[in-house]
Amino acid sequence: MPTPTKGPRLGGGPAHERLILANLATSLFEHDQITTTTAKAKRLRPLAERLVTFAKRGDLHARRRVLTVVRDKGVVHRLFTEIAPDMADRQGGYTRITKIGNRKGDNAPMAVIELVREPLSAKKATVAEAEAATKRSAKTKKVGKSPAASKSEAAVSTTEADAAVDDAPIVGSAGSEAPLVDATEAEVLVADPAGAEGVVLQDPDDEADDTSNTKA
Amino acid sequence: MAVPKRKTSRSNTRSRRANWKTTATTLTSCPQCSAPKQPHIACPSCGTYAGRHYDVAERSEHQG
Repeated sequence: MPTPTKGPRLGGGPAHERLILANLATSLFEHDQITTTTAKAKRLRPLAERLVTFAKRGDLHARRRVLTVVRDKGVVHRLFTEIAPDMADRQGGYTRITKIGNRKGDNAPMAVIELVREPLSAKKATVAEAEAATKRSAKTKKVGKSPAASKSEAAVSTTEADAAVDDAPIVGSAGSEAPLVDATEAEVLVADPAGAEGVVLQDPDDEADDTSNTKA
Repeated sequence: MAVPKRKTSRSNTRSRRANWKTTATTLTSCPQCSAPKQPHIACPSCGTYAGRHYDVAERSEHQG
């Protein structure tokens, strides 16, 4: 849930603001793209994204929740049948606000708020995945160093070996930078493995759970 | 009610107002048409922002 707005409402009061935002949301889901002031666009974004989340859920209860805001059944139908399937792969960020400069009459900063209908591009998806992988490897590197330093103990569990194979290319690339550090840090880290692996060995049941390994 | 005792002198008025300054707007050049544009705002001459085009962002002479 978005945090409650501080400061004055849009329009004349709370009810007026609800009406303004409901009308803006209705227009947004009808036309996909609307031009409004930056202040209104910023207030509309959390509401519109919450409604899209309801639409992705797609059941009758969600539809009734949306109908309390967007009163137009035709627009709600469009939201549930046309917009929601496009957002299926997207985890939030359903709208995009682009500033377009100031209005002539009152110099109000204007913006275009639009629904992000295009599918998640493969390139961006791989980039996000790679970033997640590097984050994971950064975490596993701390844990992964310690078993590497103490292979002689033969205490490396199969789960950890699996994780290492999964992240092999990334760990390898990270390892290319790491060895110099490793050689110096290995001695320091020797004290750690016993403690770190002790934690891992306590729950060897979580074989498939990668996250538990990274955290351990 | 408390009121000023003396008229504010011309000197004081002017020295106060001398500090009302304006600053130049930060401008960057549009990657699309290389016209000057404000950062984080769609280009007013070609209407593009981050590779997307917005008709409403374009400004003519009359629109100012």
